[in-house]
Amino acid sequence: MISRREFLQATAAAAAIATASGLGPLGRAAAQQKLSQADILRFDPLGTVTLLYVTDIHAQLMPLHFREPSVNLGVGPAKGQPPHLVDAEFRAHFKIAAGSADAFALTSDDFTSLAKTYGRMGGLDRVATLAKAIRAERGDDKVLLLDGGDTWQGSWSSLQSKGQDMVEVMSALKTDAMVGHWEFTLGAERVKEIAESASFAFLAQNIRDKEWNEPVFPPRKVFERGGVKIAVIGQALPRTAIANPRWMFPDWEFGIREEEIQKQVEEARAEGAAIVVLLSHDGFDVDKKLASRVKGLDIILTAHTHDAMPGMIRVGDTVLVASGSHGKFLSRLDIAVKDGKVSDIRFKLMPVFSDAIAPDAEMAALIRKVREPYAADLAREIGRTESLLYRRGNFNGSFDDLICDAMLSQRDAEIALSPGFRWGGSLLPGDAITWEAITNATAITYPNCYRMEMTGAQLKEILEDVADNIFHPDPYFQGGGDMVRVGGMGYAIDVGKPMGSRISGLTHLKSGQPIEAAKKYVVSGWASVNEGTQGPPIWDVVRDHVAATKTITIKPNDAVKVTGA
Amino acid sequence: MSSGLTRRSTITAGAIAAFASLLGSRLAFADEKAVEAEIKKLYGDKKLGEGKIKLDVPEIAENGLVVPVNVEVESPMTEADYVKAVHIYADGNPLPGIVSYTFTPACGKASAATRMRLAQTQNIICVAEMSNGSLHMAKANIKVTIGGCGG
Repeated sequence: MISRREFLQATAAAAAIATASGLGPLGRAAAQQKLSQADILRFDPLGTVTLLYVTDIHAQLMPLHFREPSVNLGVGPAKGQPPHLVDAEFRAHFKIAAGSADAFALTSDDFTSLAKTYGRMGGLDRVATLAKAIRAERGDDKVLLLDGGDTWQGSWSSLQSKGQDMVEVMSALKTDAMVGHWEFTLGAERVKEIAESASFAFLAQNIRDKEWNEPVFPPRKVFERGGVKIAVIGQALPRTAIANPRWMFPDWEFGIREEEIQKQVEEARAEGAAIVVLLSHDGFDVDKKLASRVKGLDIILTAHTHDAMPGMIRVGDTVLVASGSHGKFLSRLDIAVKDGKVSDIRFKLMPVFSDAIAPDAEMAALIRKVREPYAADLAREIGRTESLLYRRGNFNGSFDDLICDAMLSQRDAEIALSPGFRWGGSLLPGDAITWEAITNATAITYPNCYRMEMTGAQLKEILEDVADNIFHPDPYFQGGGDMVRVGGMGYAIDVGKPMGSRISGLTHLKSGQPIEAAKKYVVSGWASVNEGTQGPPIWDVVRDHVAATKTITIKPNDAVKVTGA
Repeated sequence: MSSGLTRRSTITAGAIAAFASLLGSRLAFADEKAVEAEIKKLYGDKKLGEGKIKLDVPEIAENGLVVPVNVEVESPMTEADYVKAVHIYADGNPLPGIVSYTFTPACGKASAATRMRLAQTQNIICVAEMSNGSLHMAKANIKVTIGGCGG
């Protein structure tokens, strides 16, 4: 008779074995070895339940390049812990060979040359092929497909159709339930409209109306698969009303609401749920802390921070899964249940290599249909890039440098501020900069590019405030996202210091002079959370800059000096 | 669009307007000492015990203008043993006092909820006076931030 504790330890050992070989047998593939569709799907099935999990698609229907970060610092207890590992450290931890398909999918170094070998990733027609194959193998009645949110935002077609393109595609994928974050920037009314009519459940235990403190969305849903009851509790980004414009959903309050999650778990168990899943847009470090405080969660499907890990992370009796972003990965979890409890979990992070996986014809046709109204616009070439353009990284990304350069030149500003968003595709040297590429990095419902004067003291306060949102040692104070990108100004940051004393050495780059606290500077920025922000949409600012420059070259950015990591 | 990008089209509202006004204000703010002085006015140098108070506030304010605060004090609320008063203070607003509640045994339980405006990141201090004259205190920090930059 194996106790639950022993079983979980056995599972931990199994997970460690899976981890040791990267993506299971795939990790042993020789460097530069391409994967086949069969390699990607290979899985030794377990139990009677399969969870499929995809998250943070950011409305990317088509295959794309997405470079993972080369700087991803953890602070406090997260320092040096996965997912805060990059490149060689990441590969060493997860036993991935440099130059392998997994290395290309999960790390950033040598990205340009590996991209030429392995091609683009993602594409929801490819995800559909994988999902259909697994449904065929397991039987539809054993499969539950969950979406971690940030699905309806991030492309021109999703912006123009108010998320309708994604709703249709995710319905066709037979999504069972989702949670939200960027979804809410479509406005409360639109989100309610979709949530009430969609074929999938839209769950959020932590959104309440301000007046009555009543739930705005169903907190959880119980599904039956493979003869097992599975409770899925939904968690929206707790900091949505701070990270995004709250005037777009003025009657809602968010928060983590740990005690309420605990109640949901207990109610779900009382209803006979053998598997309790938290479908969570908290962000990885927040969920890692939450897992140590809320009891009885079997699985947390994490989202928001865009981490992709080829192994589960265990906290107590809970396992955490991080499934990446932009449709690059589909996670599969097979779960065995014994005596009404989870007895074993087997996991694989399936990389969606678009050249290896045959597109599903039905889904490809639907994607063509929803993109058709915008197809001519999307394909329009504005200029070209000689540099690798990417976004991820705690302090800067070359695509953000391009956006900052555009604001400095087109808005005649001394200093540019661009939000530390983690979404948007990467472009390889030599690629065309199309309207699609520009809007994949900018498509939001509050795009106005402002121009105003700020004092040096105000600039420092902004950097301090944003830095505290990323580097606060308590994850419950972290909002996700990266440091605000700065053009025209350099600074030093000690990430280990407390709020108010991390930032120093502010320098006006053009003159080389220190930024003076009392002096006013002309600043341009975008994605203000304040209502009524004036200025042209950022995509037009970037388009005009690219059109005027024709060929974009981004120099290595060393304007931010980092210590304390 | 470049015709629309004149210097004039510009120094309106903007991202950090609300933030700038927050910084720009030169109001005198209360501090810990001001809160202590308020408590002293009511209760002199009486000892403030711990426990009994459940102070429920967000770690981070979603809107500094209307931050929810819920307080509940453990008590049987009988004639012999009840909560007489609950006071809530903030140590970073222009004035330290937020609200005071008085209770009688007929209230059944000593709980109250309201919303308060917070000018900046600060501590909320709650003092409960029991019918036997003893005092209890609880404290919570609430962060007020400019926001933006979601992942």
